[in-house]
Amino acid sequence: MAKSNTFTYEYLKGLWDQNPVMKQVLGMCPTLAVTVSVVNGIGMALATTFVLVFSSLIISLIRKIIPNQVRIASYIVIIATFVTIADYVLRASYPDLSKALGPFIPLIVVNCIILGRAEAFASKNSPFRSLLDALGMGTGFFIALVVLSGIREILASKTILGIQILPDSFAPILVMILPAGAFITLGLLFGIANFYSISLEQRKREKIIKKYVDNNQEKVKE
Amino acid sequence: MEQQTVESLQEKRLKLGSSPHIKSPFTTEKAMYYVIIALIPCIISSVIFFGFYQLVVIGTCCVFSVATEYVIKKLRKQKITIMDGSAFLTGLLLGLILPPNYPLSHCALGSIFAIGIGKEIFGGLGFNIFNPALVGRAFLQASFPVETTTWVKPKLAVDTVTSATPLAQFKFEKVIADVSHLFFGNVSGSLGETSALAILIGGLFLIIIRVANWEIPLSMIIGMVCFQGILWVIDPTKYANPLFHILSGGFLFGAFFMATDWVTSPITKKGMWLYGIAISLLIVVIRNFGGLPEGVMYAILLMNAATPLINRYTIPKIFGEAK
Repeated sequence: MAKSNTFTYEYLKGLWDQNPVMKQVLGMCPTLAVTVSVVNGIGMALATTFVLVFSSLIISLIRKIIPNQVRIASYIVIIATFVTIADYVLRASYPDLSKALGPFIPLIVVNCIILGRAEAFASKNSPFRSLLDALGMGTGFFIALVVLSGIREILASKTILGIQILPDSFAPILVMILPAGAFITLGLLFGIANFYSISLEQRKREKIIKKYVDNNQEKVKE
Repeated sequence: MEQQTVESLQEKRLKLGSSPHIKSPFTTEKAMYYVIIALIPCIISSVIFFGFYQLVVIGTCCVFSVATEYVIKKLRKQKITIMDGSAFLTGLLLGLILPPNYPLSHCALGSIFAIGIGKEIFGGLGFNIFNPALVGRAFLQASFPVETTTWVKPKLAVDTVTSATPLAQFKFEKVIADVSHLFFGNVSGSLGETSALAILIGGLFLIIIRVANWEIPLSMIIGMVCFQGILWVIDPTKYANPLFHILSGGFLFGAFFMATDWVTSPITKKGMWLYGIAISLLIVVIRNFGGLPEGVMYAILLMNAATPLINRYTIPKIFGEAK
């Protein structure tokens, strides 16, 4: 991983280290509700990323003139502006997707990821850093939603993006379409993600110990 | 001189360790095997009423449950505990609450889910919040609703017995099944749950050797008689009598084998009564006012979730403590 203050890290941290879904456990409402199919997941992730990037940029640009007492209200106004744009664009150009996502597009306004990044990052950092951070978080959200919706879609309807993958003889597991399926899948994904990061850390620690031991042995030899 | 004192002290030293210090010879494994023995009448009744093929259905569940337990214990590098019978018992219970001639692939999937998600993910035996067999059944019901509600006529069926379960028949056609059919199990339903006689033999055996407690089944039956009795007195044409509700569906099987599960039921006496009565209240509500004809599974699962709360609020007062 890149060092923690470089521009590349600002982008990369959203993918794994601080992945909004897997690590920060933010934005659970759209994550659980709309991931019935991959198309929905991608649509939701792109809409959220659009709002996230532009609201972070604007908030970062005017961060010095927003009075501290009314900052949350100001963020909500800025976010709501972009959500309205996203909502109307989706309704005009992708009416089916807009219908499938339903109330979850207007609900992006109260998505914790966006408000969280605005409060925790954009209001304290330069516009360019905020832009990279927002893009990274958006990509992380996108990855999480695509993985989750991919698992759910393939098990419940044997398809991915509408293309049949599993043979006809496979009996679809309908529970995956239901909310229960979303909770089970997300819980298992959390488990796998935590297991992976714990084992990564352990390997890192072992490497450091090994280096230390080797150095000491060399010194003893000398 | 000094050396000697140290040695003599070491000989006399106290053995330190946390309680319990006296262990009962009655181990978890033994209890598991007693429950398996108690289920034999149910297995026999399922073979009598639905044919020898049901042994394959139950066997598949058992094999996959034990195999899942083995694989997960191996992956987690823990002690292999498949010989304690708990995974086998989960498979057996799951098999007995599935419909006859259930597809074997679904049996396998349900068993894997029951052990993997229902039990091992919480840390194995003793840590599970929900009854694993019921978790597996709920998963199958949500995943394959058509197969899980397809019932088969019992082999000894007379003409009047249709393939719908007695509860579904009552709910949708207002036909009450014959009590003797319900008692001996000559009705359609899940493999082990149809014969009240077989369940009573196994359940009373468990209560006599004190593997299962008597409070939970008794409180469930009392609760059922009270709540269903009230409804029956109000309108006998709309609501069936309590005896019908006790004998039909999975009520007795749930009362004796599912609700009395050691891990997922309350540990205090007061809690057990509360637990049993709450389960029967939920069953009465689901069966009479819900969309589904049967609600034992959901009632027990819901009360499983409430068990820690019940335990916390029914802690007995310490002897001699002032109020």
